[in-house]
Amino acid sequence: MNSVGAKPTPDLNAIGQAGSGRGTQSWAFLALLAALVLVPLITTEYVTQVVVLPVLVLGLAGLGLNILTGYAGQISLGSGGFMAVGAYAAYVLAIHGGITFFPLTLLLAGVIAGLVGWVFGLPSIRIKGFYVMVTSLAAQFFFEWLFLKFPWFYNYGDVPTISLPPMGLFGLDINGSYVIKYYFTLAFVVALTWMASNLIKSHVGRNWMAIRDMDTAAGVIGIDSKKYKALAFTISAFYLGIAGALWGFIFLGTTSVGSFQIDRSFQILFIIIIGGMSSIRGNYIGAAFIFLLPLVIDYFAKTFIGDTVSPGVLSNFQKFLFGALIIIFLIKEPDGIDKLLRQLMGRVRRWGRKRA
Amino acid sequence: MILFVETLIGGLLAGTMYSLVAIGFVLIFKASGVFNYSQGALLLFSALALVTFLEMGLSFWPAVLVTMVVMVILSIIIERVVLRPLANRNVMTLFMATLGLTYVIEGAAQGLMGSEVRLLDIGLEDNALFWGDILISEFDLIVACGAAVLVIALAIFFSKTRIGISLRAVADDAAAAQSIGININRIWQIVWAVAAVVGLISGMVWGARQGVAFSLSLVVLKALPVLIIGGFTSIMGAIVGGLLIGAGEALAETYLGPLVGGGITPWFAYVLALAFLFIRPVGLFGEYKVERV
Repeated sequence: MNSVGAKPTPDLNAIGQAGSGRGTQSWAFLALLAALVLVPLITTEYVTQVVVLPVLVLGLAGLGLNILTGYAGQISLGSGGFMAVGAYAAYVLAIHGGITFFPLTLLLAGVIAGLVGWVFGLPSIRIKGFYVMVTSLAAQFFFEWLFLKFPWFYNYGDVPTISLPPMGLFGLDINGSYVIKYYFTLAFVVALTWMASNLIKSHVGRNWMAIRDMDTAAGVIGIDSKKYKALAFTISAFYLGIAGALWGFIFLGTTSVGSFQIDRSFQILFIIIIGGMSSIRGNYIGAAFIFLLPLVIDYFAKTFIGDTVSPGVLSNFQKFLFGALIIIFLIKEPDGIDKLLRQLMGRVRRWGRKRA
Repeated sequence: MILFVETLIGGLLAGTMYSLVAIGFVLIFKASGVFNYSQGALLLFSALALVTFLEMGLSFWPAVLVTMVVMVILSIIIERVVLRPLANRNVMTLFMATLGLTYVIEGAAQGLMGSEVRLLDIGLEDNALFWGDILISEFDLIVACGAAVLVIALAIFFSKTRIGISLRAVADDAAAAQSIGININRIWQIVWAVAAVVGLISGMVWGARQGVAFSLSLVVLKALPVLIIGGFTSIMGAIVGGLLIGAGEALAETYLGPLVGGGITPWFAYVLALAFLFIRPVGLFGEYKVERV
C-alpha cells in the first residue's frame, strides 16, 4: 500500500557502482561543488540570485520530502505547509524572540517545523497510504489559515506579509549582498545534504526503506515502525522548514502564506518524481528541471513567437507540459532523471573500458 | 433553535454536492484501485465544455448530450494513454499519475476554453422556501433530489445490468474476473466514463452555484475528507460522508467559527476526518483488509 519508491528487485546496478564507480562519483561531486562555489564569481547577479539559489533551496525541500516519501514510503501533500511553518517560525523567532543570529534562527525554525511535523505524523502510527496523505493535506490547509488569521504571526502589520529584520551573521548583514546570501545558502544546503546522505546510509535509512517496502515484514524482523515513521516525519519537516525559511527570506525577501500554498506542495512532489525517488542527487536535478523549464519555455516563446502569446496561454501550456512530463516519467522512468544519468554514466564507462 | 435547524438543513443540502464529487471517486477506486485526484479537473473540464457549447448557441439538453460524448471520449483516451501502461504498478504511482493528469486536463481545459469566470445557467432558480419558520434554498433542495435520482440510477446500473455486474466482479477480484473472460480494459473505460458523467453532473451543479472557473477543480479537496469518513469503496459511504461533512462544516462555522475568528471551513472537514481516522480508520462503510506478508 505505501510502497512509493519501492523497487521490485534490489538495484544490483547501483550496488555494483557503489564499489567500482566510487572514485568517479566523488570526483564528479567535487567538480560540481567547485562549480557551485564559483557561481557568484564567474556569473552575473541574475544567474546567482534568480537561477542557482532557488534551485538549491527547492532541492533542499525536495530532499525533505524525499526522506519521507522516497525513503520512508509515506506520501505527503503538506510540504508547502511545513515550509510555511519554517518561514513563519524564523520570523517569529527574530521579531518576538529577538534571535537575530541567522544560522541559529534558521536551525531553531527547522526544529520547530520538525516538532510540528512529528505531531502531524502521529496519525501515521494507526493509518497508512492515502489516509496519511489526507493528514498532510489537513496540515497544509490548517497552516494556510493559521498564519493568515492571527496577526501575531505577521507582527500586526497592515498586510499579512513578512520580511526579516536585519539579521546578523558574524558581523555581516544577511540581507546585504547577494554573494553573502548565496554562500550562506550553499553552505547550509551542502551541510544538510551531507547529513541526510549519512543518515540514509545508517541503520535509520535502512529501517525506513524496510518500512517503505513492506511495513508488516519490517515489523516482523523487529523494526519499530512507529518510531521510525515518526522520525521520518520529524526530519522531513525539519528540512522542509529550513527550506521554507530560506525560500521566504533569502530568495524572495518578503513572503506570505501565498508562497507556500498547495501548488508548492505539488511542485515539491513533482521535483522528486522527475528527479528521482529515493535519490539524494535527484532532488537537485529535479529542482533544476522543474524550476528552469518554465524560464526556458518563456525565453523560447519570447524569442520565436514574440509578444503575441498571452501569459495566460503560456501558463496553461506549462501546466499541460508538466502534467504530461509527470505521466511520461511515471510510465517510462519511475526512478527519474537520476536513473537516466546513471545509465548514461554506466554506458560511458563501459565504452571507455572497451577502448582501453 | 430555528438557527440550528436551518444551519443543519442548509449544511446537509450542501453536503449532497460533496457527495456527488465523492461518488465519482468511489466508482473509480472500487473498479481499478486508482485514487483519482483528477476528478476535480474532470469536473472543471466538463463544466467548461458545457458552457462553451452553450455559448456556441446550442440549447441546453443538446449541449449536455454533446458534453457527455466529449467526456466519454476523454475517459477512453485517459484509460488508453495513462492507465493501461501503468497497469499493475503500485497505487501511489497511479495516484501521482492522476496528479499529472490533473495538470494536463486543467491546462488543456483552460488553454482551449479560456480561464475567465463564466456563468452557467442550468435553469434552476434559487428561491427561498419556507417550511414553517425554517428557510430552505430551493436550488439545494432540487440538487439533493437530483443526487438521489442519480444514486438510485447508479445502484440499478450496478446490480441489474450486465456491465454493472462485471464491474463488481472486477472490483472484487480483477484476476478472477479476467479469467472468466471479462475485458478489464473495457471495464476501466466504462467506469471512467461513468465517473466523468457523474463529474459532469457535479460540474453543472457546482458551476451553477459558484460560476465556472478554476476553483471548480479544487472541489476535489473537499471530497477527500468525505471519502475518509465514508470509506473509499462505498457509494453509500460517500453519501453519508458528504452529508456529515456538509452538516458538520455548516454547524462548526456558525457555532465554533466566531470563537476562533471564523473562516474555518477550509480545514474543518479535514479535522473531522482526522478524528474519524483515529476511531475507525477504514471509514464508516469501509472493509477491513487482512494484509499478508
